[in-house]
Amino acid sequence: MDELRYEAPETLDAAVALLAGADGDARILAGGTDVLVLLHCDMIEPDLLIDIKKIPELTGIAEEDGGFRVGAAVSAMELVEHDAFPKAWPGVVEGVKLIGSIQIKGRATMGGNVCNASPAADSVPALIAAGAIGTIVGPDGRRDVPVEDIATAPGQTSLGKGEILVSFLFPPRPPHSGDAYRRFTPRTEMDIAVVGVGISLTLDDGGTCTAARVVLGAVAARALLVADAAAVLIGTPLDEAALERLAAVASAACRPIDDKRGTKEFRIKVAGVLARRVAQDAYERARGN
Amino acid sequence: MTITQDDLRYDPDRKLKVVGTTPIKPDGVDKVTGRAKFGADVHLPGMLVGKVLRSPYAHAIIESIDTSAAEALAGVKAVVTRDDFPELPPGEFRNISCNFMAREKAFYDGHAVAAVAATSERIAKKALKLIVVDYQVLPHVIDVMDAIKPDAPILFEDMVTQGMDPARGGPTNIVQRKEFTMGDADAGFAEADIIVERVFDTKPMHQGYIEPQACVANYTEDGQTELWCCTQGHFIYRTRLAAVLKMDISKIRVTQSELGGGFGGKTMFYIEPVAIALSRKANRPVKITLTRNEVLRATGPVAGTHSRIKMGMTKDGKFTAAEAELYFQTGPFTGSAFVNAPQAMFTRYDLQNIRAVGYEVVSNRPKVNAFRAPCVPQVVFGVEGVIDELAKKIGMDPIDLRLRNAAVEGYETIYGATFGPVGFVETLEAAKAHPHYTAPLGANQGRGVATGFWFNRGGETTASLNITPDGTVTLLLGNPDVAGSRVSICMMVAEELGIGVDKVRPIIGDTSTLGFNRVTAGSRVTFSAGIAVVLSARKAIKILCQRAAMMWDVPEDGVVFEDGHVRPASSNVGDFEPLSIADIAKKATETGGPIAGHAEIVAEGAGPGFGCHIVDVEVDKETGAVKIVRYTVVQDAGKAIHPHQVEGQYQGAAAQGIGWALNEEYIYDQDGRMENAGFLDYRIPVASDLPMIDTVIIEVPNPLHPYGLRGVGEVPLVPTMAAIANAIDDAIGIRPRSLPMSPPKVLKLIEEAAEGRDRA
Repeated sequence: MDELRYEAPETLDAAVALLAGADGDARILAGGTDVLVLLHCDMIEPDLLIDIKKIPELTGIAEEDGGFRVGAAVSAMELVEHDAFPKAWPGVVEGVKLIGSIQIKGRATMGGNVCNASPAADSVPALIAAGAIGTIVGPDGRRDVPVEDIATAPGQTSLGKGEILVSFLFPPRPPHSGDAYRRFTPRTEMDIAVVGVGISLTLDDGGTCTAARVVLGAVAARALLVADAAAVLIGTPLDEAALERLAAVASAACRPIDDKRGTKEFRIKVAGVLARRVAQDAYERARGN
Repeated sequence: MTITQDDLRYDPDRKLKVVGTTPIKPDGVDKVTGRAKFGADVHLPGMLVGKVLRSPYAHAIIESIDTSAAEALAGVKAVVTRDDFPELPPGEFRNISCNFMAREKAFYDGHAVAAVAATSERIAKKALKLIVVDYQVLPHVIDVMDAIKPDAPILFEDMVTQGMDPARGGPTNIVQRKEFTMGDADAGFAEADIIVERVFDTKPMHQGYIEPQACVANYTEDGQTELWCCTQGHFIYRTRLAAVLKMDISKIRVTQSELGGGFGGKTMFYIEPVAIALSRKANRPVKITLTRNEVLRATGPVAGTHSRIKMGMTKDGKFTAAEAELYFQTGPFTGSAFVNAPQAMFTRYDLQNIRAVGYEVVSNRPKVNAFRAPCVPQVVFGVEGVIDELAKKIGMDPIDLRLRNAAVEGYETIYGATFGPVGFVETLEAAKAHPHYTAPLGANQGRGVATGFWFNRGGETTASLNITPDGTVTLLLGNPDVAGSRVSICMMVAEELGIGVDKVRPIIGDTSTLGFNRVTAGSRVTFSAGIAVVLSARKAIKILCQRAAMMWDVPEDGVVFEDGHVRPASSNVGDFEPLSIADIAKKATETGGPIAGHAEIVAEGAGPGFGCHIVDVEVDKETGAVKIVRYTVVQDAGKAIHPHQVEGQYQGAAAQGIGWALNEEYIYDQDGRMENAGFLDYRIPVASDLPMIDTVIIEVPNPLHPYGLRGVGEVPLVPTMAAIANAIDDAIGIRPRSLPMSPPKVLKLIEEAAEGRDRA
């Protein structure tokens, strides 16, 4: 009988070597809140699990160049309870807070949430809206990619053989910036987003939007960064007309499927509703900063 | 003279010391420390792991099953299929047998077709993949109304609808038709000034117990079987196992574990006979533990329904007639208990003219199982919606309309019984007086009320009470405790014997320790076992009195039992210090041996229960999301022995009803495979979905119980979905008539109404 092998390397080089050199199905184990569930449901049969929680580069939160660098294997609760990060990126934290119950968040990680590549991942829309950059290390060295370029389709990423997502770099925040995330689920918690919307805004001193990133989750094969939706907001004080247009553009950008979690029609409609609400949340925060 | 059940009547003047208080449960500490043993917690030496192979098809003929490769795998000790179970004549036991192991056909996605026992789970799973089943896939039908269409796929070619004119003949999926009538419905409708007739649909839901079924079977060389399992009725499991395995009842000993939820879903077995057959073949103990996926695909959901409900009323608000046509989806086999529905749906209103017809229909879904007030909440969803509309039509307060029509003592019911003292009026009056009913509502909020009834049950019950040498008491009970019954039963014993409830230590005996006990269901146990233990205690008290008289050398009628002591009946008897139970127990050997009392009864006189729910909802009109913002359950308990346990029943049932109302449903793909077989996508409510559910316990005593109690477990589910639908109607002006009232469906109602208004 084939046995499942478990390794917990203490350096990034060792982890990359294990992953790159593995025969059969090798998987990264961070919090395990996806991998172990899949394993128990017989949906995967890995030969090797590489636990990355002992590697320092993956487990720290540090300020860097006026922004933050967050290890891919930092647990969701560590991030939520961090002194400074939630003040800078409340929208990212709103997304992270929705990854399961408090117990699950004690294990779950943002890196895992991104690499699991679910179109409904709760942390991803706000991460993309934030302009976060993923740092990836593999047998050929290190590269930096925007988070929107990591997941390519449900369960698929752009990571090559032997590559590991190491950390996220969040850019410095200009004054009058704010972000927000909301999702729609039939239940209040312990549910998968039917639609998720993350928005990050920067305003000028008069309250006019000068920069925006609008991201929709669970309405396409991966989270959508919708440039047209951002364009609708830029140059406006997020007045009623702008919000109305935002809702229409967001709905129009959706390319959802009908599935057990929601119909196309419902997702399209709710994406617009949420985009408007999230934009207002982000705007309030930006004005307060 | 022997004491019997008939001697135990409610005494309104009795002063109570224990009944009505809230002591810690005897099983409470073990539950919070994790020491309590549930179904999967039994481990025997040499035990094997059993796993079940399940049909991936909703409807298929099983041409052949080749188990040779699985049997050849190292570590596999036994494989069983349909060939390992006796062929049985048509009837209940054959249906049970065909459900736990498919015979000619697989009838639903998840239907068991084979099972293996192996030395590890990994090997067992590998062996399942080596079993080759040759299926001939057939067209399938899921929905109850699709199943009765003329061109529907037929599950049983030889099915003839019972209770219908055979001339209508032809292949059918309708198992049976049952009609219940009283008075003259047509005449009643002729007297009506207002008639409302509506159609409603409900979806099957799962009981949602947190503990998946698990069992360990140990078949021994001399043909005996020990079985440990989680069940609501180990005695009925034993009877049915003996029938489906063709064994003597006495050779099967079933020990029930603590129960991690049942709600009716653990009144029928699925894996137990399979584990026994595997153990018999492997000569080793075998454990089977279901996964959540298996629980959802293959164990008892609740019947989905389609119903047409019509009620007539005079313009001053007096109901004149009611009519119902009801269709119940039962899965592939009869046994939905749908006859409860026509008998209970209108019962609580002073209606004299009723015609209610029910049809039971097979389809390619798992066989339904009981759930709190089986088959009643589904149709009360419609009845209470129609009543809400009637109230609106004459501008009458919805509780006032119900009060105007409330049945009282002396009402003759459609099922033949005449109400004794009942608490429906008191329940409605308390609901109306509750601050919730008049509290202001916020924006986008609405309020609904609805009511429910359940017969409550009695039945075969046994108990054995032993007084130990130090005067403390052990109690042997025969019903699994699904809801705090043990503490309530111990409290009644403590009250009788005048001792502390901590001096009464209960256990639930296995099937070889007591006579037959009817399954824990129908809100029967605290009522029935209460009678059995009070009878046992009074028999023991009689013996205590005899022994004390003997110790004092006085006539037996010269002593009385009071406050846990035997005393001289009067000063004429003599000057004796009262004897405690411990004093008498200490001398038991010299006075005639151990002191005990036991009872074997068919408990009678269960008093019907009534409830009224008030709920406030808030509807997000842009997404259709419904939030429950306030919820109050008002219900007659007769007498709350342990009020916290009663409140727990009210709250738990309402929580389950909220899930059924808002989100729970089975989602099937076009091939009839369940797509949401897990708690992530089968959405029972989580704590944050619920408000604090307030409770009001009404106490109109049941005169036929020594402490006046009525069962409380079924009623609090009955009105829930109707109350929520009425509240949504109040919030958005449109009545949902189909469950679940999920966001996409509610949003569609809102949009359709808006379009309608625009057109107008």
